Amino acid sequence: MIRVENLIKSFEGKTVLKGITTEFQKGQTNLIIGRSGSGKTVLLKSIVGLHEVDQGSIYYDDRDFTRMKMKERKLLRQEMGMVFQGGALFDSLTVEENVRFPMDMFTNQTAKEKETRVAYCLDRVNIKQEAFQLSPAEISGGMQKRVAIARAIVLNPKYLFCDEPNSGLDPETSLVIDSLIHDLTVDLNMTTIINTHDMNSVMEIGDKILFISEGEMGWIGNKSEILYAENKKLEEFVFANRQYKEMRDARIGKES
Amino acid sequence: MHFFYHAGRYFTLLAKVFSKPERHKIYIKRLFSEIDALGVNTVGLVVVISIFMGGIITLQVAYNMQNPFLPSYLIGLGNRDTLILEFSSTILGLILAGKIGSNITSEIGSMRVTEQIDSLEIMGVNSASYLILPKIVAVVFIFPFLYIVSVFFGLIGGMLVGPGVGAITAAEYLNGVQYLFNPHYVSFSLVKTFVFGFLVSSIPAYFGYFVEGGAFEVGAASTKAVVTTNILILIWDLILTQLIM
Ligand SMILES: Nc1ncnc2c1ncn2[C@@H]1O[C@H](COP(=O)(O)OP(=O)(O)OP(=O)(O)O)[C@@H](O)[C@H]1O
Ligand SMILES: [Mg+2]
Repeated sequence: MIRVENLIKSFEGKTVLKGITTEFQKGQTNLIIGRSGSGKTVLLKSIVGLHEVDQGSIYYDDRDFTRMKMKERKLLRQEMGMVFQGGALFDSLTVEENVRFPMDMFTNQTAKEKETRVAYCLDRVNIKQEAFQLSPAEISGGMQKRVAIARAIVLNPKYLFCDEPNSGLDPETSLVIDSLIHDLTVDLNMTTIINTHDMNSVMEIGDKILFISEGEMGWIGNKSEILYAENKKLEEFVFANRQYKEMRDARIGKES
Repeated sequence: MHFFYHAGRYFTLLAKVFSKPERHKIYIKRLFSEIDALGVNTVGLVVVISIFMGGIITLQVAYNMQNPFLPSYLIGLGNRDTLILEFSSTILGLILAGKIGSNITSEIGSMRVTEQIDSLEIMGVNSASYLILPKIVAVVFIFPFLYIVSVFFGLIGGMLVGPGVGAITAAEYLNGVQYLFNPHYVSFSLVKTFVFGFLVSSIPAYFGYFVEGGAFEVGAASTKAVVTTNILILIWDLILTQLIM
C-alpha cells in the first residue's frame, strides 16, 4: 500500500500538484487519470522520488519515504519497478541483458539462476527466445514495453509504476499490456500505480481510479462507478469519447 | 550568477560521480568498454592528424629558416618541441573535445531524454557514477597514451615530409630531433594531458546529464559542451604553463 498526503509540487513558481491525498492498495491496479498536462507524470515521479516534493508525505507501507536518507531510499527502490512512457530500455544492451541488469546490479545469484529468472520474466510477457539477443532498436514499440515490464518485475518488486504504458500502441496491443499488468499485479500482490488517459484501460483495469485536473484531486472511485460520477470535469474527460456516453445511457436505460 | 549556478551543479555532480561504485565487477567491465569505445577508436584519428601536422610544422619551420646562418638542426628541434609542448597536448585536447566530448554529451544526453537515466535511478543505481565514472577514468587513462602516440607519429610525419620534399636531409632532421632534448617538457605535457583528459570527459558528461527536452536539445548541448571544453582547455593551458613551466 502507498499513501500520499497533501503533496504539493511546483516548478519555477508554477504549482503543478496542488495537494494530493490518497491511498493506493495492494494487489490492485490503481489508475491516475486526467487530461494531458494535468500533472500525472509529475505525481508519479514525485511518488517515486524522481521529483522532490515541496510539501507533503509519501508512505510505502507506513515507511515515510519523504523523510528517508538517500541510502534508505536506494534500498527501498530495489522494491520498486517502473515502466516509463517510452520504455526506457538501455539501448546499448540486448533485450536479455536489459532484463538481467537489475539482477547483475543487486543480487549475487549465479549466472544460471539469473538466466532462468530472465527467461521466466520474458516468457511471462510473451517475448520469444528469438528476440533475447536483439537490441531495443530492433524490436517493435509494443515489444519494448513488454520487455520494460519484464525488467520492472525481475526483482519481484512490491510496487510497480507505469507511466502511460499504452501510449503509442494500437488498441489491441494496449489491451494485452493492460491485462498483463493487471494479472502480474494480482499474482505478485503488488501495489501498482498506472498513469493513463486511455478510457479503454480505465474500463478494463480501473480497480481504483484517481482523476486529477490541473493538479487538483478531481474524483476518486472505480471502473463501475466512473460512468455515473457527478463531476463536471470528469464527465468532460470520460465522455469526450461518445462511446462511453452511449454505454452509460444504455446501462441506465436497462436499469429503469 | 549563471557561472556559479553551473559550477555548483558541476561539482555536485562530480561528488555523485566519485562516490563508491556499487559493483566493482560491472564497473571494471564498463571501464574496459569505454577505453575501447573512446580510446582505441581514437588512435587512428590521432595518428593521421599527427603525421600531417608533424609534416606541416617541419615544412613551415624549414621554409621560414632559409638562412645559411641558422643551423639546420633547428628544423627537427622545432618540430619536436612544438609537438611535445603544444600540439600533442593542447591541440590534441581541442580535437578530442570535438570527437570524444560530443560523443559523451550526445550519449548521456539521449539517455536522459529517453528516461534511461531515470530508469537507473529508480532501480537504485547511482546513475552519475555508473555512467560517468568509467568515461572519466578511461579518458584520463588513455590521453597520456594518445599524447605519446601523437608525438611519435608527428616526428615520423616530419621525417617523411621534410626530406621527402627536399627541405632537409634525413640525417639533419634526426640530428635536430635529438638535439638539446629536455625531458621536463614531456613530463610537463603529461601533467597537462591528465588535466585535459579530465576536462574532455567530465564537462561534456555534465552537459549531457542535465539536458532537458529532446533530440534538438541534445544537439545543442553537444555544441555547448565542445565550446566550453575548448575554452577551459585553453584557460588551463595558460594556468599550467604559468605554474609549472
Ligand atoms: N521538469 C519540469 N519543469 C517545469 N515544468 C514541468 C516539468 N515537468 C512537468 N512540468 C509541467 O507540469 C505540468 C504537468 O505535466 P505532466 O507531465 O505531469 O502532465 P501529464 O498529466 O503527465 O500529461 P501527459 O498526459 O501529456 O503525459 C505541465 O504543465 C508541465 O509543463
Ligand atoms: Mg505524462
